[in-house]
Amino acid sequence: MAQVVVVTSGKGGVGKTTSTAALGAALAQGGENVVVVDFDVGLRNLDLVMGAERRVVFDLVNVVQGDAKLHQALIRDKRLENLALLPASQTRDKDALTSEGVTRVVGELRDKFDWILCDSPAGIERGATLAMRHADVAVVVTNAEVSSVRDSDRIIGLLDSKTEKAERGQRIPKHLLLTRYDAARAARGEMLKTEDVLEILSIPLLGIIPESQEVLRASNVGAPVTLANPTSSPARAYAEAARRLKGEQIRVSVPAERSGFFGKLFGRRAVA
Amino acid sequence: MALVLAPEQPLPFWLEALDAQIAHAPAFFDSRPVILDFGLLPPDQPNVAELIQNLADRGIRIIGTEGAHPSWPGIAKWGGPIGPAGATSRGDAARRPAGRVLAVAEEPRQEARQEARPQEAMSAPQAAVGPVEGPTLLVEQALRSGQQIVHEAGDVTILGAVAWGAEIIAGGSIHVYGALRGRAIAGFCGNKRARIFCRRLEAELLAIDGLYRTAEEWDPALHGAPAQAWLDGETMMLAPMD
Repeated sequence: MAQVVVVTSGKGGVGKTTSTAALGAALAQGGENVVVVDFDVGLRNLDLVMGAERRVVFDLVNVVQGDAKLHQALIRDKRLENLALLPASQTRDKDALTSEGVTRVVGELRDKFDWILCDSPAGIERGATLAMRHADVAVVVTNAEVSSVRDSDRIIGLLDSKTEKAERGQRIPKHLLLTRYDAARAARGEMLKTEDVLEILSIPLLGIIPESQEVLRASNVGAPVTLANPTSSPARAYAEAARRLKGEQIRVSVPAERSGFFGKLFGRRAVA
Repeated sequence: MALVLAPEQPLPFWLEALDAQIAHAPAFFDSRPVILDFGLLPPDQPNVAELIQNLADRGIRIIGTEGAHPSWPGIAKWGGPIGPAGATSRGDAARRPAGRVLAVAEEPRQEARQEARPQEAMSAPQAAVGPVEGPTLLVEQALRSGQQIVHEAGDVTILGAVAWGAEIIAGGSIHVYGALRGRAIAGFCGNKRARIFCRRLEAELLAIDGLYRTAEEWDPALHGAPAQAWLDGETMMLAPMD
């Protein structure tokens, strides 16, 4: 059965788009049929990270409004044939998305793909709530700093009240993806401790992605980091996170482990 | 929390001062229920309806009045004196199961508006003054940033943590078994005996029966410690619990 995953954070600039592209590509590398959907209407970026910006003809807004068919708007990845992109419109704003239209498009995507990854816009307004509306699972992207953690907490509250699942009285599974993790700054105590972030947000940890030049380099060449340089440390962290998303039990490793301290820390599984 | 506004003569000047305050803090009255206290006005004050209209024009939501003289024209609509804010008018909120309260927590404003409709205030039994003892509201999850729980009929017990920017308002005491990082407002209906207990004090604000203290005003040594707050006369006491 198709899984709709919303990649969300509340705060901007934490790595939602990078993570959507990298997780989508990693799932596709594992043989899954994947589409990544850009919900950031008006500030689209996912097409750039996917390297498809010069192939966009129709977009999500066209399909939602019935001006184009879904298959006309979907862009097949040139590297992986089981990876597709549904781009956002740059010339419209979030009001162009109707609730009924999004429901219909997500329904159609469910018939075609195993995984539908929705790249949410920042904020807690309409665009973000529409992106999370039909999700079965949420990936909450967070940096280890106070404002990002606080915004993520707010988003988790919305996931528990504004999604279809929540309205049916179910709880949507939420996973924490800690991104832009800087081992050197963590060692100097300049970031929140991973254990504190986990304690505050109290959702299970999907992975820790190290801050890396590789991520920037990958987006400059228009490829998800998991495709551009699969052996780099962020790519391996994303690949493991994608396997955890599929339900595999893999221990979370903290980038640049300094001593037995972090090992001990994650000996226990992340809180449920 | 309901605010009490006490208009004084001459009213044009009082309204001017009010406008100055609104200009200074435009969001101050947003979503706050207001009780109008006529105690400072002379009994022959004739223009109550106009005054209420003036306040409504400023977006101030009046949920009840105090100290009004029954002979005033138009005052019957406001039901005369009512008890502490919402002690009675929000009774239905108190009877709701915890899950429901959480589900509506994302729209606290709308919720408050519905609950504070004047006709509900009007139907309030006039004797219901003072602390209300009612069932405890048990919340088994964490309270997330931006969520609000209002339970004016009794105690609130939260098993999880209360995030920054989350708010609990209880008529009775508040017990938080996780970390308390948001705001806890206990004894809301005038209950001086209400207390706040938490496993880990990292709160932004604590209030009991209208007296409040912000995190700046307590000993940093208490930060992160299990603590309780209570009232000793007009002073809020705060101490660690071992």
